[in-house]
Amino acid sequence: MTDETPAVELRDVTKRFRSPDGSVYTALRDLSMTVAPGEFCAVVGPTGCGKSTTLSLVSGLEPASAGTVHIDGVPVTGIDPRVGFMFQSDAVFPWKSVLANVAAGPLFRGRPRKAVLGEAREWVRRVGLAGFEEHLPHQLSGGMRKRVALAQTLINEPRILLMDEPFAALDAQTRQIMSDELLRLWELTRPSVIFVTHDLEEAIALADKVVVLTVGPATVKGEYRVDLPRPRRVQEIRFEPRFVALYERIWQALRDEVKLAYARTAKAVAA
Amino acid sequence: MSAVTLETTAAAPARTRVRVRRRRLVVRTSQLALVVAFIGGWELAVRAKLIDEFTYGRPSMVVAQLKTWIFDGTEVGSLGAQIWVTLEETLIGFAIGVSLGVVLGVALGRIPFLADVFDPFIKVMNSIPRIVLGSIFVLWFGLGLLSKVVLVVVLVFFAVFFNAFQGAREVDRNLIANARILGASPRKVTWQVVVPSAMTWIIASLHIAFGFALIGAIVGEFIGAQHGLGLLINEARGAFNPNGVYAAMLIIAVVALAAEWLIALLERRLLRWRPSQLPSSPDI
Repeated sequence: MTDETPAVELRDVTKRFRSPDGSVYTALRDLSMTVAPGEFCAVVGPTGCGKSTTLSLVSGLEPASAGTVHIDGVPVTGIDPRVGFMFQSDAVFPWKSVLANVAAGPLFRGRPRKAVLGEAREWVRRVGLAGFEEHLPHQLSGGMRKRVALAQTLINEPRILLMDEPFAALDAQTRQIMSDELLRLWELTRPSVIFVTHDLEEAIALADKVVVLTVGPATVKGEYRVDLPRPRRVQEIRFEPRFVALYERIWQALRDEVKLAYARTAKAVAA
Repeated sequence: MSAVTLETTAAAPARTRVRVRRRRLVVRTSQLALVVAFIGGWELAVRAKLIDEFTYGRPSMVVAQLKTWIFDGTEVGSLGAQIWVTLEETLIGFAIGVSLGVVLGVALGRIPFLADVFDPFIKVMNSIPRIVLGSIFVLWFGLGLLSKVVLVVVLVFFAVFFNAFQGAREVDRNLIANARILGASPRKVTWQVVVPSAMTWIIASLHIAFGFALIGAIVGEFIGAQHGLGLLINEARGAFNPNGVYAAMLIIAVVALAAEWLIALLERRLLRWRPSQLPSSPDI
């Protein structure tokens, strides 16, 4: 395990943003973490701590201000074709049908239309949307749109899958169904996953490893291995004693950060 | 018991439909009554010598003028030819103005450097009352088609440009990020994400732009021309013939309404994907 090149590695990464009024805001400071090939890594931290920023750095959408990001040992300089990204908000194209949305990635990459459409049909079926190929996104429910987004991302067969609270907007039940669906599809191709969430329960239920970030500027507070057996059922795993023990342990670390973040916003409101 | 409930629930939508239909009938009748009252009142007032026919014209004479134009032609040729000349200027200018507006609007919206460079020029150009440029264009390009087309292009361009620019800048950043991650080149992002997304803005501007196009063509003809509806208006005005002015206005209104209808059709087709797209509200 130690001599294996990590799929993703962030080395002492710092990210600063210049806000419109000219002041500098540091989102990440000296953050280091690794994700092994095929590992499902969840990143948790208080709201607004910079979790999403780590994903934009790995995806190449944003460059790091200091430090380096590596994919398979090679520094990231731009958008990498091996990376897939599922966004928090709806990012499916509202003017494209379900099928055209799913086919978008390979078509953008210049693959022949006919082969792509066949493959897209297969992915539409795999995420349980058979029969909805010609529907437009606004004709679907929130959960169904997430399925479209999932198929749209997975059809590119990413080796690294980045997910930014992808199911946050869904109701609790749909969310659990989607989590199970995600695990099922993940088992098919086993990409490395970085899954950002503020929900610790979701993080433990899905991941092999949970990384807790501090309140912003974020850095790693602790890493916790989740040794729950797979395949897992997200709805049921929460009641297992091992899950509860892990939850309590990680929550100890997370709680202080959440309290700090809350105190800060309270102060900001009072000021 | 259940039979009664069934009957009432089945009858309810039918009753609603009857009420909706009756309401529509009342609205239409009222509208017709308003038109009749206005035109009839005008006609009667002229006949009773309450208002001056020489100055204000008379509805029945407007109809007579239209009849003369349709059956005997105008002083400068058949009525159809005049309509066609104006329409030609409008449509050519509209097509060029819309294309330029969309291309430059999207380009400047996508490339901040260009936007920064052109910003002051566009602001200045926009603050000029562009309709007066018509006089210059007649000097430059003569009395023919070209001077009108250029005026139409200038008027249409700005109406479309600002909307295309705004539309290209307001594209959801997530959609662009998603397309880039999925593998789209900057060009594909522009064509497959920015343009469709800005289409809402662009189409909205077409309604206003077509109105501008018609105004441009007619004002251009007004300033100096050998054919066209604007010329008819100008000649009627010169001959102290208000009925001729009204008759030409009526024709222009019909053309504008037909164009509006076509644009609405296009809008419904191109923006089918928009959830808020309501079946176009009747009237107004």
